[in-house]
Amino acid sequence: MIRVFALAPLIIAVVVGGFFLWGLDPDRDPNALPSTLISQPAPEFSLDAVAGLETPGLARADLVQGQGPVVVNVFASWCVPCRAEHAVLTRLVEDENQTLYGINYKDKPEDATRWLAELGNPYARIGSDLSGRAGIEWGLAGVPETFIVGGDGTVLYRYVGPIVGEKAVGIFRDALEAARVWDKEQGQGS
Amino acid sequence: MTPEIGHFALGLALALALIQSVLPIWGAARNDRLWMNSAQWSALGQVVFVGVAFAALMSAFIKSDFTVVNVVENSNSFKPMLFKVAATWGSHEGSLLLWVLILAIFGALVALLGNNIAPRTKARTLSVQAWISVGFLTFMLFTSNPFDRVFPPPLDGQDLNPLLQDVGLALHPPLLYLGYVGFSIVFSFAVAALIEGRVDAAWARWVRPWALAAWVFLTAGIALGSWWAYYELGWGGWWFWDPVENVSFMPWLMGTALLHSAIVTEKRGAFKSWTILLAILTFSLSLLGTFIVRSGLLTSVHAFAVDPQRGLYILGLLALSIGGSFALYAWRAPTMEGGGLFKPVSREGGLLVNNLILATATGTVLFGTLYPLFYEAITGGDKLSVGPPFFNASFIPIMLPLVFVMGLGPFLSWKRADLVASGQRLKYVAIVSIGATLVVWAMVRGGPVLGYLIILLAFWLFFSVLREWAMRIRLFEVSFSEAWRRARNLPRSAYGMTVAHAGLAVLIFGLVGSSVWKSEEILFVKSGDEISIAGFDVTFTGAEKVRGPNYIADQGTLEVYRDGTWLTTLKPERRFYPVAQSTTTESSIRSTMAGDLYASLSEPASEQAGAQGAWTLRILYEPLVIFIWIGSTLLVLGGVLSLTDRRLRVGAPRRRSVQGAQVPAE
Amino acid sequence: MSNLLRICLIAILLAGQAFAVEPDEILDDPVLEARARDISKQLRCVVCQNQDIDSSNAGVARDLRLLVRERLQEGDTDADVIEYVRARYGDYVLMSPPWKPATYVLWFAPFGFAGLSLIAFMVVFRRGRSKAEQGLSDVEEAEVEAITAAWRKGDTP
Repeated sequence: MIRVFALAPLIIAVVVGGFFLWGLDPDRDPNALPSTLISQPAPEFSLDAVAGLETPGLARADLVQGQGPVVVNVFASWCVPCRAEHAVLTRLVEDENQTLYGINYKDKPEDATRWLAELGNPYARIGSDLSGRAGIEWGLAGVPETFIVGGDGTVLYRYVGPIVGEKAVGIFRDALEAARVWDKEQGQGS
Repeated sequence: MTPEIGHFALGLALALALIQSVLPIWGAARNDRLWMNSAQWSALGQVVFVGVAFAALMSAFIKSDFTVVNVVENSNSFKPMLFKVAATWGSHEGSLLLWVLILAIFGALVALLGNNIAPRTKARTLSVQAWISVGFLTFMLFTSNPFDRVFPPPLDGQDLNPLLQDVGLALHPPLLYLGYVGFSIVFSFAVAALIEGRVDAAWARWVRPWALAAWVFLTAGIALGSWWAYYELGWGGWWFWDPVENVSFMPWLMGTALLHSAIVTEKRGAFKSWTILLAILTFSLSLLGTFIVRSGLLTSVHAFAVDPQRGLYILGLLALSIGGSFALYAWRAPTMEGGGLFKPVSREGGLLVNNLILATATGTVLFGTLYPLFYEAITGGDKLSVGPPFFNASFIPIMLPLVFVMGLGPFLSWKRADLVASGQRLKYVAIVSIGATLVVWAMVRGGPVLGYLIILLAFWLFFSVLREWAMRIRLFEVSFSEAWRRARNLPRSAYGMTVAHAGLAVLIFGLVGSSVWKSEEILFVKSGDEISIAGFDVTFTGAEKVRGPNYIADQGTLEVYRDGTWLTTLKPERRFYPVAQSTTTESSIRSTMAGDLYASLSEPASEQAGAQGAWTLRILYEPLVIFIWIGSTLLVLGGVLSLTDRRLRVGAPRRRSVQGAQVPAE
Repeated sequence: MSNLLRICLIAILLAGQAFAVEPDEILDDPVLEARARDISKQLRCVVCQNQDIDSSNAGVARDLRLLVRERLQEGDTDADVIEYVRARYGDYVLMSPPWKPATYVLWFAPFGFAGLSLIAFMVVFRRGRSKAEQGLSDVEEAEVEAITAAWRKGDTP
């Protein structure tokens, strides 16, 4: 009996140590939060266009059009990493003819318009979320975040942070490919 | 040049540590005096060299030597000198150096002061201490070198996070580390005893002062951290069950258990395997804390920069030290002879309950802290968090019975106690406690039942401590002058217990008062506005800009009145640090025994209010919160009193020729 | 520094610092407001380390505080409000883990440890008692004989 008690600390330490080893995996980001939206229908929201911009607003209805996976990017002019990400997204639209929608998060319309005029506007639609309420619907923790939504409105993927750098772009591209394949299997056009 | 000297000194310290890891313990096995005594010199040498390294780093900060990477990342020419000095231990590398320095200091102290410890035990202890030093020194030299240079040096440094530029926080790490690392020597003693295969009352006697010293520092360090959080963070909270806070609290809980368990081993020869296990556990939890803070495993405000690589190295250190000591324990513990027999109702029984409750509490906190990691691993990526609601709901009910037992314990005699007789002695304590609680209830209605229950227990503890002291000096049973004579001649360790246990009662009053009966007002204020809270009338007379050494602040002025009489002026500030580009809140507090009036100021979030020249004011009234700090001080004082007891000096007691002298129950 | 950390830092600094619960968020109805504060203390700020939305300075925290009050005003129960936020942010946003099969072990843990303590307590006394009942073994009996014989003869032990 005493032997059992005496061995217990060692056994517990080994088990806990195993979990620690798992936790130290360099690919694991302790700060990353899994999205509850994955494999769920896109949240209900309806945003007007950014005032002063020709680009139309964005609502849930636009996501269920059945035209292949759509990229929904949350951005703001005050978000410094979004600048770098902008080029990546523009390339996506131009090279692969990818449909790109945007949510302008807590941004003054004048600032957003100026920012887009300076960098270019690759977005087919932009919803203006001044209050941040739509952001909550999407489970937003910060900016930028980018979602891939399937043709039927199912949220397939979320990327947190700017899609900048070879590794990030690679990961996102793979996710986009997978989304397209999934969409085709669902019987939607692309 | 100085940083290179520092770096070289670390290398020399490592060399000495390597020698000390091998020679003394081998010498103990061979009974070779020369080799065993080498530990004296290597231990002293280590503390000298690590001290040189520490001084080198500190001088780099004092001189603002921006060729040293660590200085660039953590300091700035405009920082006040005190914080430049404190920045020495403000980073991962610097705090590791502090860790190693304290490790070396304790090793040297044992070498110098441990003249009454058996030479073989001492040699083995110093070797184990050296193993730990080797681990941390190699970690530092190979992955976290504080002396890395940068060329060309930048014009100025990046400044330390302004939130950390505070006197209280400057002292917090050194005190904590003296506590954490202080327990390393107890660990080394325990491992040495396991290697020797012998644990006895003499061992317990040697260990107790070291454990007590470490415990005193740890208590002070934790209390200081809480106090800092209270006055700095702006909303009057003092404990958040943050993973890193938990990780400093667990060694404290186990250290407390260790102190009490060692008493039983010393006096009755019982609890040997308990005491050894607690000695190992306490330091293991300290090491665990080091790991969690530096590895990026869990998210926390306190954590240093995330680096899984460093984490792997520390995990390796942990595996060797904790795994090794637990394995040694599993092998040797069953062979340790049991000590004196005792009945369940006895002083030993009470202390056993003490041990078990503290272990349950520690286990709960540990499990709650690590659970998010377990959950994520098992579900393959889902995350959840365990916050204050869980810890409060589990920890408090576990500790309450302990407070009750603490009151009863000192009245139980060793080996076999008469519960009825003890109960008789405590009859009036119970009555007075209930009476006092009813008085409190009459004065402040409306709190939850649990609040009053905890107050009842705190009164119980407080009055039972007084009753115990009265019993010892036979107050009201003998003449007053006789009682006074007895009081003067009571050993210091008796007063240590009295003061510390009373301190805990005081602490509990503070904890309950400030959390349960707290009141709060949050509003927009413009110049001239009046606010009423907890019987005070506060007038906001406006805000103006003031300058500090490295910040610009908006300082508000609040005049506090009660029943028309002016009491004080509060001046909360909102500071902006241009270099670090961040803002902090400096609250203004009026502290009295009855409670703290606490004010914080900030710019309003809404634009309309801001345009009107309004400010957001947060005023809290926290009753009795000062008792938390007073109680903590009493705990520390009690520990220090015990430490200065002549009989607790390091070393076995001299054999007395007269064996009949009565040893008072402690 | 991880990306998320960088993002939240920027979000906090550039969006203007709110200061935990703001006066303009406070509802007029004190009962609803008390419920809102209580619920806020149960929800974790997802961008800040270990703070509830009640005391966090982050923009997202403020949005969530406003959301909580809005839903309360629309008649949601406390549980409804919490579920609303949880559905969008996951279990992580709850300060107290939900009660579900995967977390049973956590909630039972304190009882488990207490139970182990109780077992340990009983084991200690059973062992002690059996030792006392055993008396001395034959070898020990012989030792005592030898010692008392020597003492009688006048040898010092």
